[in-house]
Amino acid sequence: MIPYVPGESPVHRCPPGRKILALVAAGTVLFALPRLDLALAAALLALAATGWLYRVAGIPGRLMLAQLRPLAWILAVLVLVQLALDGWQAGLLVTARLSALVLLAGLVTLTTRSSDLIEALQRGLVWAKPLGANPAKVGLAIALTLRFIPVLAAIAAEVREAQRARGLEGSLVALTVPVVVRMLKMSDDIAAAIDARSYDPDRG
Amino acid sequence: MIEIRQVGHAFGERVVLRDLTLDLTERRIAVVGGNGSGKSTFARLLNGLLVPSRGHVRVDGLDTRRDGKAVRRKVGFVFQNPDNQIVLPGVAEDLAFGLRNLGLPKDEIARRVDEALHRYDLQALADHPAHLLSGGQKQLLAIAGVLAMAPDIIVLDEPTTLLDLRNKRRIAQAIDALPQRAILVSHDLAFLEGVDRVLVFDEGRVVIDDSPSVALPAYEAMMS
Ligand SMILES: Nc1ncnc2c1ncn2[C@@H]1O[C@H](COP(=O)(O)OP(=O)(O)OP(=O)(O)O)[C@@H](O)[C@H]1O
Ligand SMILES: [Mg+2]
Repeated sequence: MIPYVPGESPVHRCPPGRKILALVAAGTVLFALPRLDLALAAALLALAATGWLYRVAGIPGRLMLAQLRPLAWILAVLVLVQLALDGWQAGLLVTARLSALVLLAGLVTLTTRSSDLIEALQRGLVWAKPLGANPAKVGLAIALTLRFIPVLAAIAAEVREAQRARGLEGSLVALTVPVVVRMLKMSDDIAAAIDARSYDPDRG
Repeated sequence: MIEIRQVGHAFGERVVLRDLTLDLTERRIAVVGGNGSGKSTFARLLNGLLVPSRGHVRVDGLDTRRDGKAVRRKVGFVFQNPDNQIVLPGVAEDLAFGLRNLGLPKDEIARRVDEALHRYDLQALADHPAHLLSGGQKQLLAIAGVLAMAPDIIVLDEPTTLLDLRNKRRIAQAIDALPQRAILVSHDLAFLEGVDRVLVFDEGRVVIDDSPSVALPAYEAMMS
């Protein structure tokens, strides 16, 4: 899970809403440019700019590379496909585009407290209220996801270990059933805990 | 004061609490009993997390069936497993969660979060991801998150069961220092010697209701 890295840099102090907008804008530009050479130049420029922003934010290179790790396999496959179909330039373009975007998204989460991010998203979602969206609920859902992914990972690891200890290994079904059962029990408890702390979805 | 009047509770066919009538006024009340005797169900009735299938629970005159929300503001609840009650990813943000739900202004929220961080020695961890805390720190955070909301009464359902000896003591001291009235469910009898009143549950009934010097030995005899 990507943690928040506290700091006082301009990147940290930039309002979260503006960071999200910048991310969306960068993504649009990166993927909308029609000509290959233009797009490639833009992507490489974006990559360089992103690297510079990481330095400004004071995020160590190790953490920056860690953002790309989950993507490594997908990137490798995409590059190979593009190389085979369209040549090296297209391969480079795909890599540069995706890496720049993932790094930028990573930078936003690394320099923004999740509560601030959620609040900004909620404010951004206010316009969707007439369409029946409930920004407060969306915000809580995002927060809960961020909070409980590590807990779920820990549960899965625990169950796998317990099964290994009893000689049961490598069965997806055997792993899924106890994990799902514990998740259901857990979600009951979490719902009660949220209630107990006076959460009111209609207030937000 | 919490008034419990002819309360019974069943999950489907399964009767879990039978005909309880009690007034809870003491500063420290302990609830003990065997596994499955109904303690957690009883605890959940006290802040309206659960509404009884029969009878009434009233907190300072508010009925949990009608005024559930208001009751939950008065009565804080700490669960056994802190992992499931820390709902936001960061330490300080989780402390702020309940306060935002109370609709408090921003600076008041910041002030109370700060105070809670200090009181429970969590200031160095304010921006720390909650899932990286130790078990004891998690339970402290969970308790702090409830206390920051300044409830009049606090119900704790086995808050120390998952903790080691040092953290047990720490939580025990934190609970001891609470200015509020507290109702404490626990299997840890040593922890309960200083309370004002002990309720012993068995099969959904209160079978002993007395001071700890009388009730705790009687409970031990009952269980052996
Ligand atoms: N949501 C539920 N649905 C059905 N049965 C339940 C539910 N919650 C509790 N029970 C049952 O009610 C009985 C009392 O449970 P309760 O959790 O109140 O006991 P307890 O005294 O807290 O036990 P423990 O010491 O193990 O925590 C148990 O037999 C339990 O299986
Ligand atoms: Mg229980």
